[in-house]
Amino acid sequence: MVLSDIEKLIVKYNNCETTLEDEQLLKNYFTQEIVPPHLDMYKPLFGYFLAQKGIQFTKPLQIRSKPFFNYKWIAVAAVTVLMLGTYYRYTQKNDLGTYEDPEIAFTAFSQSMEMISSKFNKGTATVGYLKGVHKGASALGYLNEVNNATRIIFKPAH
Amino acid sequence: MNQIEFLNSIMPFKDKVFRLAKRLLVSTEEAEDATQEVFLKLWKNKLKMADYKNIEAFSMTITKNYCFDRLKSKQAKHLKMVHSNYEEKSLPLQKQLELKDSIRWVAKIIEDLPEQQKIIIQLRDVEGYDFDAIAKVLSMKNTAVRVALSRARKTIREKLINTHNYGVK
Repeated sequence: MVLSDIEKLIVKYNNCETTLEDEQLLKNYFTQEIVPPHLDMYKPLFGYFLAQKGIQFTKPLQIRSKPFFNYKWIAVAAVTVLMLGTYYRYTQKNDLGTYEDPEIAFTAFSQSMEMISSKFNKGTATVGYLKGVHKGASALGYLNEVNNATRIIFKPAH
Repeated sequence: MNQIEFLNSIMPFKDKVFRLAKRLLVSTEEAEDATQEVFLKLWKNKLKMADYKNIEAFSMTITKNYCFDRLKSKQAKHLKMVHSNYEEKSLPLQKQLELKDSIRWVAKIIEDLPEQQKIIIQLRDVEGYDFDAIAKVLSMKNTAVRVALSRARKTIREKLINTHNYGVK
């Protein structure tokens, strides 16, 4: 294309008088590497327009709406759990089982008692150091005597 | 209208919707979400689609409105600025860098335009719409579009001249 034509087109472009075909001509013209220096500033402009046209939407398009979480199902779940809970609470019998044979019952009872007492002894053994405390307290008994002596020496005034 | 027919009918302009959204929202991710939303809205109203004479213009209007809503919303304050990379071949490196830089300048200048002018520049200079189509998308008068476009081009030109001559004159 002749340079004078391009210059005319540029003027028209600036006045918004170009047709779409003219604008396409301009875009094509400015893709060439070397343009006259006084038109150099238009190169990035039209280059930008062309480059922008090349941008594409590459993400796959979903026309199904996203499955969004419905919060009312939380309420449904909570109510279900509550109802199951109360159901088991009331249906479960408060029964730990009994022994039919008195002999077996006795051995089981004594066994469990033995276990309890052994645990108990373990507990009391750890409290043994209390004896030491006791000893200390009795050794402090002489303080009372000191007290008595002072009472004898300093008789009350009245 | 089934899914395949719908997809075929929107195929020709889905990139245009995306580009308009990207023009207004800047961030690629935001623009992708916007495109998704626009087509979802169209799909939900697919029964009415036959009534619309120009689905493309209608989609562009939806896109414009949706993007405006996004820009007004609070989340818009966290929008990211993303710049595209342009590839130029067979130019000396110096020249190439210069061009890349000036293209970035163009992007920045357009970004600073008012929203309406941005849309008009996008539709006219990038997508190649005629004035009637743009007027329909923006529900403006033909002449008003022309005036806005000439203002936008003037702003771009002046800023480009300033940048171009920076340090020279």
